[in-house]
Amino acid sequence: MPLSFWIKKSASWLEQRIDLSALKEVITHKTVPQHKHSLWYYMGGMTLFLFFVQVVTGILLLLYYRPSAEAAYESIQFIMTEVKFGWLVRSIHSWSANLMIFFAFLHLFSVFLLKSYRQPRELTWVSGVLLFFLALGFGFSGYLLPWNKLAYFATKVGTEIAGAVPFIGTFVMKFLRGGEDVSGATLTRFFGFHVAVLPMLTTAFLTIHLLLVQKQGMSCPIGVSQNPNQKVIPFFPNFLLRDLLGWVVALGILVFLASVFPWELGEKADPFSPAPAGIKPEWYFVFMFQTLKFIPAKVLFVDGEILGILAFTVLGMLLLFVPFLDKRSARQLRTPILSAVGLFAIIYILALTLAGYLMK
Amino acid sequence: MNQTQKPEELSRRHFLDRLLEGGFLALLAAIIYPIIRFIIPPQVPEASTNRVVAANLSELPVNSGKIFRFGDKPGIVLRTAEGQFKAFSAICTHLDCTVQYRSDLKHIWCACHNGHYDLNGKNVTGPPPRPLEEYQVYIRGEDVIVSKT
Repeated sequence: MPLSFWIKKSASWLEQRIDLSALKEVITHKTVPQHKHSLWYYMGGMTLFLFFVQVVTGILLLLYYRPSAEAAYESIQFIMTEVKFGWLVRSIHSWSANLMIFFAFLHLFSVFLLKSYRQPRELTWVSGVLLFFLALGFGFSGYLLPWNKLAYFATKVGTEIAGAVPFIGTFVMKFLRGGEDVSGATLTRFFGFHVAVLPMLTTAFLTIHLLLVQKQGMSCPIGVSQNPNQKVIPFFPNFLLRDLLGWVVALGILVFLASVFPWELGEKADPFSPAPAGIKPEWYFVFMFQTLKFIPAKVLFVDGEILGILAFTVLGMLLLFVPFLDKRSARQLRTPILSAVGLFAIIYILALTLAGYLMK
Repeated sequence: MNQTQKPEELSRRHFLDRLLEGGFLALLAAIIYPIIRFIIPPQVPEASTNRVVAANLSELPVNSGKIFRFGDKPGIVLRTAEGQFKAFSAICTHLDCTVQYRSDLKHIWCACHNGHYDLNGKNVTGPPPRPLEEYQVYIRGEDVIVSKT
């Protein structure tokens, strides 16, 4: 029997028991506009797929991972050498994490530049930016879990930077570290954030985000949306099948990367050994890290580092409230200034990331 | 489908459908197979312990027992009221609880479901279905040594 037969059969079985007409209505009536910027519609779906890969591989890793300073490194060694396909699962988790952040960046910037956040999609944007911050939190907390040297010192530096924030800094640092220093207590905390707190928050915001996207449909860029003969394709199955094709390709790429460039484990962390040269955070934090390096030690009696941290905090807040600041695009007017800001941010991030890797 | 359509075209569509389904199922298998293999825990080489110093004579007065590690499993060594040394696997044959020596009853008892074993490890009352595995006991100097036969 062909597969489609079984799908139809089980759908009708379900139909007889549960009224699916409302769901059907939404799915069959949803359309996706087709225009020259349509490619960007796939970025969110790709991020979602990679997140799903993270959930599956993360749960698998949980079967063997031990969150303590004594056993974490060894348990990952065990996963990579003893457990069947353990090397693959762990490498896919690491690669997919990085690709997910990458696609989250693409999604964020494409939505920003196409002004898709404008009324009535303000809350979709806000939930999306919060999800982006959560993704960065996943990255930061997950980085420490293998308990290797690079991660240990990068976490020391990262939490130290958080500690430089005026007034609340010391509290934040101690809260993150679970004490004065990065230790086994930090690992346990980060593990808790990584597998319980962040997933819970992400599930909540992701649900809101996806419901809003389904409810409001795809945003059409200003200019394109005024065209009355706008071409559309049905969301189901046309758009979803295209999404699916992208996901299959992404899975192929993931397996390729994980097999050909397996994620290294490095040396076990030792708090009483000197920091190795070239300590760097994950690539998506490098531009901030590099900025802090470039700011002079004192800017008009203010600590340069504190100034940098404050600037990034303010920028993060501004990012969250972009739809409420951009009054023009809500009236379908172009806002070239914001486009310029977005492009500048992209160039800035690229340039400083590059500088972080090239400069000693 | 209209009637005038050539039968070859129909079969081509059919063929492509099957190809797609086959590919999809193969992909699914390629995802599920590694996951299943991953979930099955790898064999951790068991420490091949055959002899172990279970206790010191001074730890084992008459009418007492002691739980000791035998490889990665618990064993129980006891000195009966008559002064005889005995050793058994401490894993209850009912549901894997760890048994203990009851000096008031003068035999082995499992607290989980009130299983009783006599001093030969034989299950006498309660739910345990089989006797406890018995080990050999030697005394060398002050050491009480237990070995698997």
